[in-house]
Amino acid sequence: MYGKKHLTPWLYLLPALVFYTVFLAYPVFGSMGMSLQKWNGLGPMTFVGLANFRRLFFQTPFDQRFYNALRNNVEFFFLTMLLQNGAALFLAVLLSQKIRFSGVFRTVFFAPFIISVLMVGYIWRLILNPVWGVLNRFLGIIHLSFMARPWLGDPAWALPVIAFVNAWQFIGMPIIMFLAGIEAIPEELYEAARIDGCNEWSMFQRVTLPLLVPVIGVVSILTLAGNFTSFSIIYAMEGTQAGPYYSTDVLGTLFYRTAFSSLSGAPPEMGLGAAIATVMFVIIALSTLGWFWVDMRRRSA
Amino acid sequence: MFARRVGKVLLYGVLLWQTGLVLYPLFIMVTTSFKTSFGIISDPFGWPRKVSFRGYGDVFSLVNFAVYYRNSILVTAASLIMILALSVLAAYGLSRFSFKGNRTVYFYILAGMMIPVRLAIVSLFHLFLNIGLFNNLLSLILIRAAMGIPFSVFIITGFFSELPKELGEAAEIDGCNSWRALLYVYLPLLRPAIATAAIFDFIPIWNDFYIPLIFIRSDHLKTLPLGIATFYGQFQTNWPAVFAALTMAVIPPLVFYVFLSRQFIKGLTSGAVKG
Repeated sequence: MYGKKHLTPWLYLLPALVFYTVFLAYPVFGSMGMSLQKWNGLGPMTFVGLANFRRLFFQTPFDQRFYNALRNNVEFFFLTMLLQNGAALFLAVLLSQKIRFSGVFRTVFFAPFIISVLMVGYIWRLILNPVWGVLNRFLGIIHLSFMARPWLGDPAWALPVIAFVNAWQFIGMPIIMFLAGIEAIPEELYEAARIDGCNEWSMFQRVTLPLLVPVIGVVSILTLAGNFTSFSIIYAMEGTQAGPYYSTDVLGTLFYRTAFSSLSGAPPEMGLGAAIATVMFVIIALSTLGWFWVDMRRRSA
Repeated sequence: MFARRVGKVLLYGVLLWQTGLVLYPLFIMVTTSFKTSFGIISDPFGWPRKVSFRGYGDVFSLVNFAVYYRNSILVTAASLIMILALSVLAAYGLSRFSFKGNRTVYFYILAGMMIPVRLAIVSLFHLFLNIGLFNNLLSLILIRAAMGIPFSVFIITGFFSELPKELGEAAEIDGCNSWRALLYVYLPLLRPAIATAAIFDFIPIWNDFYIPLIFIRSDHLKTLPLGIATFYGQFQTNWPAVFAALTMAVIPPLVFYVFLSRQFIKGLTSGAVKG
């Protein structure tokens, strides 16, 4: 009887534990293990040690593609911080004022979140299309046609435009998080600042912003994790080759091309792909841990 | 007073600008689906002067759109059922029994909220190839079930801990075993937590493109986003048809959002903050 009682909770836990371990927890480490193998996705696997990482970091042409993707990814992150999170903070401050229809605005700003990333890419691809798209047509109508360009075909503009579209879709999330943070700030602090003669701007600078640092940190980490695994938006807008001239290639697209597509002529290289995934994992994990460390020190100080 | 007025106008101006920026592309999506290819050129901005259903006809005649739709419904429903069933069982085990390793198991499962599944994909590919489930809808369901478990366990366990323990104990005194206590006493009470978990998981599963792209090859097994990507690749310049497909694919999440946006946003942000 005692033995049976002892087992009961494990019987309830077992199905979830098995699923979670086999299809999520183990594969993360399995992928890291595969970064030490050479495998084309079909035949046998051979152990090659750190050769995949050596090729990725030091051997042309792999290193060119890798550093290019890494650089683009960092740029994508900073563009998102500015276009998405900066704008979100601004909108959240506006929404936190006593205004009418605040709930409706929130619901609308969040709405693009529910559309598949791929489809968002296609919608904007039509809008930005140099022949069919409404953006260049509109610029023509307001006599700004000198600004019109093939947005997605211009290496200087492609990545910023994709970062904008990505921000368009996901801005609702940071808005809601910033709003929750702002609403948690005690009203007395603003009262005190007002008595001290602060105007709106200095109240934002001296009260809102410092107290939002934890939220800004969480939003930044989430953005980083999202950006460093991004794939679908670039696939939809620029294809697997992440054109023009790899100017929108990030680690996610490089990973997919390396591991799963033989479009570039070479056979798929699962091991090399796994090495890229491992680099992505390390970047995300280190930034997250780094933030926790900073946050803990800040709290104890 | 005047300055306040100007400030108010500017404030609403910015908010309305953002509203327009969000809604106009969606308006373009719907209107384009009702235009002809010529209509996209001749009146690009507004509602079509002549409504055409040609795009909708094309979607169904050119590809297996109905099959994609069915596959999406199947995968989403099956994944949700598995996530919820497994998570309720696990949450019950974690919150109603004290045993050695309880906390460890809980944190082990919760750690999954931080894992981006894309980093596991190479190994999953190898696994599904080996167990013969590559190019099979089951592969999508199994991965999605595993991905959904951490957050659902987190939500349902949290809800459990707010229910009085005496409920189950009373049932067991009345001769119920723990299984019947779960089924007849707790399950009806857990409905709000189950709904939160389901709301959280529905949209990402419905919209997923990446996992089907890796694991599905046959046309008749494609889900909506993958099917639409194929369609786009083949008939890229048939914009009305592409946008008819997009409009139809957005309907289920849109209906869902119109009714449940508040709960959805709440669940999502709580997952993000606590994850």
